[in-house]
Amino acid sequence: MKYSTRLAAALATLALAVAACGGGNDASTGGGATTTPGGGTQFKDLSGQSIEVAGAWGGSEQKSFTAVLDDFHAKTKATVKYTSFGDNLQAVLGPRVKGGNPPDIGFMPNVGILQQFVKEGSLKPLAADVTTELDKNFSPVWKTLGTVDGKAYGVAYKGANKSTVWYRTAAFDQAGVSEPKTWDDFTKALQTLSDSGVANPLSVGGGDAWTLTDWFENVYIRVAGPDKYDQLSTHKIKWTDDSVKQALTILSQLWGKQNLIVGGSSGALQTLFPQSVTNVFGDNPKGAVVYEGDFVATNIAQETKSKVGTDAKFFDFPSINGSPTAVVGGADIAVAFKDNPASQEFLKYLATPDAAAIWAKLGGFTSPNKNLDASNYSDETTRKSAQALVGAGDAFRFDMSDLAPAAFGGTPGSGEWKILQDFLAKPSDVDGTAQKLETAAAAAFK
Amino acid sequence: MSEIATGGGAAAVAAPTAGPEPLPPEEGRRPILSWTVVAFLLPAVLLLGAIVIYPLLATIRSSFFNASGSSWVGLHNYKTMFTSDATLTAIKNNALWVLIAPVVVTAIGLVFAVLLERIKWATAFKLVVFMPMAISFLAAGIIFRLVYDADPDRGLLNAAVVGVHDIFAPASHYPNARPRDTQLLGAAPGGGYQTTKTYNPGDTAEIGLLAVQAADIPSSAQNAVAPTSAAGSVTGTVWFDFTRGGGGVQNQIDPTEKGLPKIRVNAVRGGSVVANATTDNQGRFTLRGLGSGGVQLRLAGSNFGTPFHGADWLGPTLATWSIMAAYVWMWAGFAMVLIAAGLAAISREALEAARVDGATEWQVFRRVTVPLLSPVLLVVLVTLVINVLKIFDLVFVLAPPSSQDDATVLAREMWTATFGGANDQGLGSALAIFLFVLVLPAMIFNIRRFRRDQA
Repeated sequence: MKYSTRLAAALATLALAVAACGGGNDASTGGGATTTPGGGTQFKDLSGQSIEVAGAWGGSEQKSFTAVLDDFHAKTKATVKYTSFGDNLQAVLGPRVKGGNPPDIGFMPNVGILQQFVKEGSLKPLAADVTTELDKNFSPVWKTLGTVDGKAYGVAYKGANKSTVWYRTAAFDQAGVSEPKTWDDFTKALQTLSDSGVANPLSVGGGDAWTLTDWFENVYIRVAGPDKYDQLSTHKIKWTDDSVKQALTILSQLWGKQNLIVGGSSGALQTLFPQSVTNVFGDNPKGAVVYEGDFVATNIAQETKSKVGTDAKFFDFPSINGSPTAVVGGADIAVAFKDNPASQEFLKYLATPDAAAIWAKLGGFTSPNKNLDASNYSDETTRKSAQALVGAGDAFRFDMSDLAPAAFGGTPGSGEWKILQDFLAKPSDVDGTAQKLETAAAAAFK
Repeated sequence: MSEIATGGGAAAVAAPTAGPEPLPPEEGRRPILSWTVVAFLLPAVLLLGAIVIYPLLATIRSSFFNASGSSWVGLHNYKTMFTSDATLTAIKNNALWVLIAPVVVTAIGLVFAVLLERIKWATAFKLVVFMPMAISFLAAGIIFRLVYDADPDRGLLNAAVVGVHDIFAPASHYPNARPRDTQLLGAAPGGGYQTTKTYNPGDTAEIGLLAVQAADIPSSAQNAVAPTSAAGSVTGTVWFDFTRGGGGVQNQIDPTEKGLPKIRVNAVRGGSVVANATTDNQGRFTLRGLGSGGVQLRLAGSNFGTPFHGADWLGPTLATWSIMAAYVWMWAGFAMVLIAAGLAAISREALEAARVDGATEWQVFRRVTVPLLSPVLLVVLVTLVINVLKIFDLVFVLAPPSSQDDATVLAREMWTATFGGANDQGLGSALAIFLFVLVLPAMIFNIRRFRRDQA
């Protein structure tokens, strides 16, 4: 989830976060602990052993994860200590790994970082019984994410679906449009929304360029298919490829319609992601539709009075030219830095549906585990998002910009981020944009 | 740790006097043994060595190495630095900062200091002006983000600008509304829409509009009513041709569709307006006194003008200037306090003498006060120049990501290169060294001055 790592975004939300502190927390945390039947994975008795687990989660997420750790403790008697590195994975884990004092388990939000740690020789491969559990419960694509040179290192525990388009139900009712399934219906719906009086229906958080890379990735996987997506991710095909230009053209047809976008292009470029959500779901809504991943639900819950599931719903990113279902997303992937039985046992536990069920019941969690019973999700919206994530099967792809070198896919004001912002400012320049992307990619992938 | 620090501090204070010109040993006392000097200096030397000299040397070293610091690349980082557009923008912006910000801050500080000397409650005013200094750059950045926000609903400055603007040019009733039937209504000269066909007295017109925002329809609006023909006049209805929840027939007044009140309708013949009317609560209008012949109907552009939104304070063109203004807000108090202290120290007689000689207040200020204050002004200016050269926090926090590269400065470039994704410590170090070289002259100037004052 790139947005959580962006300092700038964090600063922007700081004021809002302070204001929201007094707001309601999730009231329902007392989920009855009924473990999912079946599975029946056996765990070793690990009394007296202890491991340290490090992840990005803090606050209410940390609380939910602690419930998972408690369950692991109940099953194995192992003591688990959780450390949060917040947004500073590299700053916290980097020195600890170099200094020979890493945690036993770490959650990687990004495949690129995982691969980097493998190359440095800092990670331990999964034991045989962990991969068995992984094969049993996950589509192969999820195992591939944590696999380097044929060896599996990671268990994708928490998933993120970034192919969700969020909309204000009141605006849709008012305009009489229904959830669009295809790109054509989508643009038509936006036009109708505009006619109905939502002057500029589409909110784009173009100030944070990572939202634009997510737009592009979703369009690209639908235009070019997962195979080309993989090739472009690793720069095996150039960004001047026709498929890229095709995707950019489709984007330009939408972004070029200034009257459909809240504030027009220049306004969108000043809008940070949290603002793009409040533009649609806040007290004085300007737009009706905002695209970003399932984490938009968190922003809606924390920063607006709208209720997810009634006032705010999502539909799957529309299909383009009859493209089959595809989901772009992210994952927190658990890896072992140390080789000990407790760590492997913990990874095995994370791969079970039981481990996913605990957090799923507490909310704010989607699991890529295909054997997790969807009834475990506490609300309809999360269930739908998780089903889309699992339902995509092997058509799931990891966020492309998170796979690229940071100089290309992760630096504000340069690389893909900057080029797509320029493209949003001037959507007519498809060829020039493709050329610029290729130049920047060639420099970064070298 | 704290003992060492205090020891170091004490020695550091002693160092300038003991260092360059040791005091001549006083009569009757034994000269200080060199090991005592060493003992006193050691903590300071160690501390400075560890936290200033060593990092400096290490930075110089790493500026000649690649990103991971594993291989020697010679001047490659410096070449990259001076050929990248980003650095050139940063240099340009830094130059703007250095040329403008310190001068403006000093000037405002001077004005405040001189004027506040004359009034009661000066201390209270000084306190207020100085207060922003107590806020960190980060907090100031967040505050000014709210001030500069482009959306007038959130941005304080744009709210004010729009408020003032709308007093003189009231906002239109139906911004962005547009005709349903573009065959019937085309663009009118001078904005607005005009019918393509002509109407004769006795005709009726039904004009459907779209994209009328719910909030813009006044509560007095009623369901639209079809116009009834009237002899000698053109009658018509202007309504919102969109049934709630979709449905309805296009270009036809459906039962629940609202009329749009307060729309100004003109009858145009041969390019000039021959009659005016305003729609009522059911959207109806009647154009009377048309004379003979057909007229075209025009919905004046003033009905639909896009609301004024103020300026993009943090957009690519204005960002640097806006950030500078925030900086001035923060530092004017600092300049004012230093200058006020200097002002208190200058001799009153000189001022009085000038006044007795018949100088005007402006002449006193210009010819006496400012020259007498010039040493203080110079110190303030140079301190600010150093301060401005390394400006980072405000730019980083205040400029939204989309204009960060337009507002960029060297320190931000250094941060981006080193930690902002690419993690190129080599390039970052090269930028740091460049910045250091730029600050150096100002520092040398300040140190020299400091020494001269002490001598």
